Amino acid sequence: MLRLSVNGEIRELDMDPATPLLWALRDGLHLTGTKYSCGIAECGACLVLVDGKPVHSCVTPISSVANAKITTIEGLSPERSHPVQQAWIEEEVPQCGYCQSGQILAASALLEKQPKPTDADIDATMRDVLCRCGTYPRIRKAIKRAAELAGAADKEV
Amino acid sequence: MPSYKLTRRDFIKISAAAGGGLLVGFPFTGLSKDAMNTGGDSFKPNAWITIGSDDQVTLQVASSEMGQGILTGIAMILAEELDADWSKVKAEFAPADKAFYNPMFRRQGTGGSTAVRAFWNPLRTAGAVAREMLVQAAANQWEVDPADCHTEKGLVMHDESGRTLSYGALTQAASKLAVPEAVLLKDVDDFVLLGKSMPRLDTPIKVDGSAIFGMDVQLDGLLSASVARCPTIGGTVKSFDAEAALAVPGVKAVKQISSGVAVIAAHYWAAKQGRDALQIEWDAGPNKGLDSSAITAEFSKAVESDGVVERNDGDVESSLKGAAKTLEAIYSVPYQAHACMEPMNATADVRSDGCDLYLPTQNQTRSQTAAMQLTGLPLEKVRVHTTYLGGGFGRRGDDDFVKDAVECSRAVGKPVKVIWSREDDILYDKFRPATYNRLRGGVDAEGRIVAWEHRITGASIMKQKQRGLVPGARDWSNTEGAKNIPYAIPNLFVSFAMVNPGIPVGFWRSVGSSQNAYITECFFDELAVLAGKDPLQARLELMDDHPRHAGVLKLAAEQAGYGKKLPEGRAQGIAVAESFGSFVAQVAEVSLERSRVRVHRVTCAVDCGMIVNPNTIHAQMESAIAYGLTATLKSEITIRNGRTQQRNFDDFKLLRIDEMPQVDVHILPSSESPGGIGEPGVPPIAPAVVNAVFALTGKPVRSIPIRLAG
Repeated sequence: MLRLSVNGEIRELDMDPATPLLWALRDGLHLTGTKYSCGIAECGACLVLVDGKPVHSCVTPISSVANAKITTIEGLSPERSHPVQQAWIEEEVPQCGYCQSGQILAASALLEKQPKPTDADIDATMRDVLCRCGTYPRIRKAIKRAAELAGAADKEV
Repeated sequence: MPSYKLTRRDFIKISAAAGGGLLVGFPFTGLSKDAMNTGGDSFKPNAWITIGSDDQVTLQVASSEMGQGILTGIAMILAEELDADWSKVKAEFAPADKAFYNPMFRRQGTGGSTAVRAFWNPLRTAGAVAREMLVQAAANQWEVDPADCHTEKGLVMHDESGRTLSYGALTQAASKLAVPEAVLLKDVDDFVLLGKSMPRLDTPIKVDGSAIFGMDVQLDGLLSASVARCPTIGGTVKSFDAEAALAVPGVKAVKQISSGVAVIAAHYWAAKQGRDALQIEWDAGPNKGLDSSAITAEFSKAVESDGVVERNDGDVESSLKGAAKTLEAIYSVPYQAHACMEPMNATADVRSDGCDLYLPTQNQTRSQTAAMQLTGLPLEKVRVHTTYLGGGFGRRGDDDFVKDAVECSRAVGKPVKVIWSREDDILYDKFRPATYNRLRGGVDAEGRIVAWEHRITGASIMKQKQRGLVPGARDWSNTEGAKNIPYAIPNLFVSFAMVNPGIPVGFWRSVGSSQNAYITECFFDELAVLAGKDPLQARLELMDDHPRHAGVLKLAAEQAGYGKKLPEGRAQGIAVAESFGSFVAQVAEVSLERSRVRVHRVTCAVDCGMIVNPNTIHAQMESAIAYGLTATLKSEITIRNGRTQQRNFDDFKLLRIDEMPQVDVHILPSSESPGGIGEPGVPPIAPAVVNAVFALTGKPVRSIPIRLAG
């Protein structure tokens, strides 16, 4: 039995320690918001946050994250309240939606690091996450909107 | 005012649904032959609208949602004529049933940018019928004339007395009424929802990971499978040794199925490990030794033959002889992969009493039929549950992944989800056909284009789908976008010579127009330059009979500042295409960074007739431009020794955000019938970009993706 901390809960898994985190989340814990697309860390659909940093779960063995805090899209916020999710809804970013968990987690990690990202910052970070539907222009807009929302929330606090 | 005459027998059944709801069924009689000819009576009645006594309006959507926003679009069409309260509207994917056939296809499926075009009138009618019955029910209760009542946001109101009743309060009474023989549809000016940017219904569940794609289906006792296929396309299994695979913990079974050897396990990772441990001897089959270069050589021979002549106006040969200047060019495009972000997958639960399919499919009828044929079950015992699709682009109209799941489930007697790896998805795609084109053109002494000859060779999608096509037959899909160019050229010849090298091909977002718009619009620019004319001016001069093409061209040019001075090192290219009933022009502004093309900005003008949801139109233009730019700038599929040479996103590279241009979309208002919107933005992007590169370098680019000498 291997124990993982996922979205604030300790979960037990009876899987080979070499199993990629992606498949442990999806098939072991039924957290299917994290997506499989390339399996070689090229597309970012499988991104999750490990101790707050984006990690390709498709190439991360579960044995390597046993002591880490893992956040998936399901655990990003209650009721889609994260500023990035709010901005994504406002700007109507998703089309097919398959890559969006990865996009949203990558964007949230970017804003943690750079609360006011420039276009160049956005491109440099978000180029790691592929979208075949071409939601890129809206992702740019939504990240800027999320930065505003997060900034406003900080002021209220 | 538009109206659609209904007869009473058009309605198979109207009855109280469970919970006292009003259920209105409506076959497409008069719009499609299917509902009557295929004996719809033997099936349960179709049903688009269910209104609950709690005012909840549940709408069935027969189109698959693959990103194009159709779930919302169809719901808007139904809700408009129903005068539903949009906040109480829920849209669901319809089960596979003849009642839900796409009137343009005679099957249930999504493709060809048909959904709005096909369902516009039938579903407005379905909504209006329901509304009229609710009004009648209220009028009866109040003992007033229905003509003195009106509806608004899920309420019937009596104008004089101010009394109101909600739809939910009327379901019982309305269920007992006769179906009206005819209904009046709203005047366009009275639309409340249509033409407005309504938020997509599926946005919230796509930002929190809760949308269920095919990949995400979960069932009790569900197993996962991975299938090893012959590395050579079309090859078969000679023999295999499953011992090592079966030794992998979690692996439950190894079964040979039509497409290869399936490893079925408790979860996907075990299935994948088991598959990697398989020992298989393959029979490489007929494609062994097939290379892209050999395919091109075969095409280049065939292009000399006429094939099937699709258009032959005037006399091209003599006009070329008499022309002041002539030009000949070879244009080619490679195979292209669909590369949906969600790899192909399907879940099947085959039992002796029936079969349930959980599918990210664009083709419910074909999936249902395939399962029926494989299991021997009657069609109605095959139930299709459509999930969200992580991209489609035509790929998910096929049934290869569905058959895998049905065969695996049948083999082990348990529900099985078959997951194609990314490598499987690219290696064994049904590619956009490669084509090879010879063009000749002539201009006269006054600079008029007087001759145009376009000979196309390539594989036929329709031939592969074996819809009765023989070699040498016509295939509309290879010549669309070529035979219908909008230019008044007196001598015009277009032919298609079918060559089928054995590489699987399929519909790829915008199909023939995806390559033919590139080829024709770029050759047009070459001729315009030969004639000493500005490309936009040369187009407009020949477009008197095509005002909608001209309309979008002018709008795009104006919005892009076409012809104005640009920053040093930049150039613009323009292109226009009609496809799927819509007209799109784009202006691309590019520069070169060494040998790399950078697209800075794309200005897009679209005329798609009457509009459902403007925000969706913007999104689909942005999407089509991104999709087309991958094929224009980045990736291609090549074949060596019968094998696909690309296998994942490291060698089939998709456009990334830092390569995405600024996109400005402008909608040309129109009262024409609605056109398609999922595909028409793709065709103009390649030629707009290539024409800009041509303007910048003076050298034509006659194959894409663009590879400039460094």
